[in-house]
Amino acid sequence: MIELESLSISFGRGANRIDAVRGVSFAVAAGESFGLVGESGCGKSTILRAIAGLYRPSGGSIRLDGKPAGAARTKAQRRLAQMVFQDPYGSLNPTHTVDRILAEPLAIQGLGEVESRIPRALAEVGLGGEHRFRFPHQLSGGQRQRVAIARALIVEPRILLLDEPTSALDLSVQAEILNLLSRIRDSHGLTVLMVSHDLAVIAHMCSRIAVMFRGEIVETLAVEQLRRRAAGHAYTRSLLASSFETAIPAG
Amino acid sequence: MTATPVLTVDDLSVAYRQRASTIHAVKGVSFTLGRERLGLVGESGSGKSTFGRAILRLLPESAAITARRLSLGDIDLLRADERAMREVRGKRIAMVLQDPKYSLNPVMTVGRQIAESYRVHAHVTGSEARERALDMLESVRIHDPNRVYDLYPHEVSGGMGQRVMIAMMLVPEPDVLIADEPTSALDVTIQAQLLRLLDDLIVRRGMALVLISHNLNLIAAFCDRVVVMYGGRVMEVCKASELIRAKHPYTQGLLACRPLIQEPRRDLPTLRRDPAWMDGA
Amino acid sequence: MTARSGSRAWLLAEAPASRTQARLGRWFVGWLALCDNLLAMIGLAIVVALVVMAVAAPWIAPYSPYDQVLIDRLQYPSLAHWLGTDDLGRDILSRVLYGAQITLVIVALVSAIVLPIGLGIGAVAGYVGGWVDSALMRLTDIFLAFPRLIMALAFAAALGPGIENAVIAIALTAWPPYARLARAEALTIRKSDYIHAAKMQGASGLRIVWSHVVPLCISSVIVRLTLDMAGIILTAAGLGFLGMGAQPPTPEWGLLVADGREFILDQWWVATIPGLAIFVVSLGFNLLGDGLRDVFDPRGV
Repeated sequence: MIELESLSISFGRGANRIDAVRGVSFAVAAGESFGLVGESGCGKSTILRAIAGLYRPSGGSIRLDGKPAGAARTKAQRRLAQMVFQDPYGSLNPTHTVDRILAEPLAIQGLGEVESRIPRALAEVGLGGEHRFRFPHQLSGGQRQRVAIARALIVEPRILLLDEPTSALDLSVQAEILNLLSRIRDSHGLTVLMVSHDLAVIAHMCSRIAVMFRGEIVETLAVEQLRRRAAGHAYTRSLLASSFETAIPAG
Repeated sequence: MTATPVLTVDDLSVAYRQRASTIHAVKGVSFTLGRERLGLVGESGSGKSTFGRAILRLLPESAAITARRLSLGDIDLLRADERAMREVRGKRIAMVLQDPKYSLNPVMTVGRQIAESYRVHAHVTGSEARERALDMLESVRIHDPNRVYDLYPHEVSGGMGQRVMIAMMLVPEPDVLIADEPTSALDVTIQAQLLRLLDDLIVRRGMALVLISHNLNLIAAFCDRVVVMYGGRVMEVCKASELIRAKHPYTQGLLACRPLIQEPRRDLPTLRRDPAWMDGA
Repeated sequence: MTARSGSRAWLLAEAPASRTQARLGRWFVGWLALCDNLLAMIGLAIVVALVVMAVAAPWIAPYSPYDQVLIDRLQYPSLAHWLGTDDLGRDILSRVLYGAQITLVIVALVSAIVLPIGLGIGAVAGYVGGWVDSALMRLTDIFLAFPRLIMALAFAAALGPGIENAVIAIALTAWPPYARLARAEALTIRKSDYIHAAKMQGASGLRIVWSHVVPLCISSVIVRLTLDMAGIILTAAGLGFLGMGAQPPTPEWGLLVADGREFILDQWWVATIPGLAIFVVSLGFNLLGDGLRDVFDPRGV
């Protein structure tokens, strides 16, 4: 469903040129959940945004659903992959009601049945009709993230791109959002590409995980290998050690 | 826990007066702190940060701090005047905040800021202050202190900035270090290095540490005792090593809803909040 | 529940049931915040008074603003002429009241021209960026490089005297700061995730500017406009005073001040009364603008 072939992305020119992503290749099958893990500046979010069509690759190619996908796309191509962002405070326009936030993608994509689709999308993410005409500042962080998920889902995408969707949330809210995301993934048969710095979150959501360091993938593991802590690369091991999960022994 | 507590907190409350209403950010928190590492854990709105600042009386005017007792050794922190508090802040109790960018002076090199601190607190000459500042930079494991000494805060990375911040806080050799989410803005691998460093320094100097964080794993790894806060109240105090056997349903709920690397689960248990927790169960 | 508290509860509802209710509720919350600000309410009262004076001038003015009664010229304020008369025996109160109409027209027309130009140029420059931004901002810089009154004078001189031309001259000199302001806002907005989300859904540039960038710029631009009103009124009065704006016998306030100039020492009220009117209305707009800024400034929330 997603195929990256030696993808490179750089910003700036000459001496200021920064190679954010260097020759990254991977493929995610339809219905699979793939995770990109790494620290800030490793290029994981840049890859996600390039797949979403926000950045133009400087080398290599991106194919979505078998077709090449550059930065210039048709509306139908845009609809294919939707994204949920990290910061639920910055990803919703503060002057729009939830209703308008959800109506806009329908208007852009020319989808009808607005009156039935919006309540259905809200119900799907666990929000009621009472939330429909609220402004983002009247919602909690978790509720905002639910609205952001509804906005992504309302155009019926086949690929869901998750950019640290729970790192700005409290632990108890994170659990609710993660459960919601896996339920939606299963019921819609979505292909998921998730980016996070948190190994535990990635391991919970994804079946295959690529570890990124300085713009390159250093290692790709199956989740079972990660659970056994059978990491080959030293950097992956230092990431594992930094989660301090063993500080609290499993009960 | 040692016999003589460094910090004693008895029934501390913080209320924000607003035009029409009063918001109780912290309600009746009590504990004693020895020469130990105490973790303060809770979600946003639990009052953990307000509590950390209340100890140093670093809250806005609208906040009313009340307590039966709030004392550092024999100093009554509630009744001490502003001059006495200035003595306490920095010299006896130091605080490390989440983002070093806002705590360092942007127009002075980091080395000079540490040296200044030595001149003020240890009353030493300029050249000796420089020597000591370089030593201090080395002790927070900055490898080339001579280069870092002449850097401005915007020229250092987040992890380096937080090291500098810790170095600065350690200059007056305080009794208590309050670290409020000291590593949340940093990458996980740097976070681990920094906490190990902090831990090492604390133990070596026999200081008390109050580590405020939302991260249960981290608190369990670096603290002796854990105070779990929710809605401005203390839900539970327990040994960090016994956290997994926590009794309070809130603590149990928080522990259960962590995603785990080692243990696959289809759905994460979610926390059911009991309104009774808020009325001091 | 009384009807009053009922409609209040409806406006402040936590869970509005319709688009209209949500929008009205938002306005109402802003209105309540504005009500808390005494100075802003004084400003609002002055602005409302200006509007009432302008609209009701034909009914409340005791005399026609144009009737000359030469035997009554330069009379001290009295019961017959509350604010005295001018050198042609015209009632100053009536002239000031009718002058409010002209002030209001100038203010409204300048706003109607400046707002779309400033917002449009600024929002497009900030959102699109690149060479479009450079070209539009250099154009703005050219306009900003000249002193405002001098340029207004030059335009007014080129277009010929008259109120319409004065309005055009003022508008042509007033828009650049709005473009700068809107661009600065647009620059911060263009990198936000909701713009990225809209792009990902296939939104066109026009849609993003219109539905995301402009609404977020508009409040700061309106606040700035309210604060600038005083300057606009003063420029209009200045042009009138110098004979480049409204022409006699139009009772434009700046023109009234100019007329009274000759008698300022002996018949002070002829120039002072319209001068006071300019001062009070400018102050009113300034106070209102300050209050609106406190309510609308998103960084304050």
